[in-house]
Amino acid sequence: MAEFRLPKNSKVGTGKTHKAPAGTKKVRSFKIYRYDPDSGENPRMDTYEIDLAECGPMVLDALIKIKNEIDTGLTFRRSCREGVCGSCSMNIGGANTLACLKAIDDVPGEIAIYPLPHLPVVKDLVGDLTHIYAQYQSIQPWLQTETPAPDRERLQSEAERAKLDGLWECILCFCCTTACPSYWWQGERYLGPAVLLQAARWLEDSRDEKTGERLDQLEDPFKLYRCHTIMNCTNTCPKGLNPAKAIGDIKQKMVERR
Amino acid sequence: MADTRLRTPLGRALGLGSAKEGVGHWWAQRVSAVALVPLGLWFCISLISLAGADRVTLIAWLHGPVAAVLMILTIGAVFYHAALGLQVVIEDYAPNEATKIAGVVLVKLAALLLGVAGIYAVLKLAFGA
Repeated sequence: MAEFRLPKNSKVGTGKTHKAPAGTKKVRSFKIYRYDPDSGENPRMDTYEIDLAECGPMVLDALIKIKNEIDTGLTFRRSCREGVCGSCSMNIGGANTLACLKAIDDVPGEIAIYPLPHLPVVKDLVGDLTHIYAQYQSIQPWLQTETPAPDRERLQSEAERAKLDGLWECILCFCCTTACPSYWWQGERYLGPAVLLQAARWLEDSRDEKTGERLDQLEDPFKLYRCHTIMNCTNTCPKGLNPAKAIGDIKQKMVERR
Repeated sequence: MADTRLRTPLGRALGLGSAKEGVGHWWAQRVSAVALVPLGLWFCISLISLAGADRVTLIAWLHGPVAAVLMILTIGAVFYHAALGLQVVIEDYAPNEATKIAGVVLVKLAALLLGVAGIYAVLKLAFGA
């Protein structure tokens, strides 16, 4: 159900400022959301001034520099540092993206970094994705057939394979889902753009034999039809995918099979 | 929101399962929107051409079969489309289940009332003396 006000213990305050050492030439300021549930304190925004002359080009490089050199307590997820694992998704300069793919120079002014919006925060920049992962599990994202498995590969024409392009590349960073107002208000039931794009990926797969059952499971005013084509998902996807179109394709299939 | 702390994440995500409906509502919203394009245009043009006309002229206009039929269709489509759209808005923003159900029922009944009242008014003018 829709909630429009932050709970009392979620109001964000002003935190510490870590000044750059005197004589630093290329200073850039990062304002980062800090929250530690164990402290019992409200979240705060800490400011870190770092020397870009001694830092890699991406926002993730700056975060790692801060963690290594200024504040070891800063908590965030990261792994591959090349936009493949989807771990370092966060809200940078007002938009959800991957810290490893976002160049520092592409963000104007002071760089504000928050965790992905509207998730319960585990600590600092780490949001709790349990519910989204469970929603992903609920669409049964694997190949399902009635026909017994053949002795060789399951064949697919080039045209059939091409239908999966724009779908298989999703890395489940959930930038799109957490950018979606419909997901903010109705995330308990609405599956959100990332999970629906994955649902489309299995609906489009010519080798899958459970298309009808998959559509049955999706046909719901909340699971699917909370999408109002707001397009934040497509705008924010760091991989350049189009979840809004994938959802549109699902809605079209729903009409087609009537 | 129900206390879901001790449920498995998958159990929570599956919830009450799929309603197995929604495509009808979605499609009806699109079809009524498309129908309202010509009906809305006709309505606006009619209003402009009748601007400043007196009651007698208006009633004479509504006596014609085309005007009366299109007027009834416009009223029906407007309130049908409005009811479908407002239902979505209420479902999006209602703070709890009770408000949601009450809101949706109220909107549908209000749309029905206004639609029937509008059609009644058209018929009365069209067939009245």
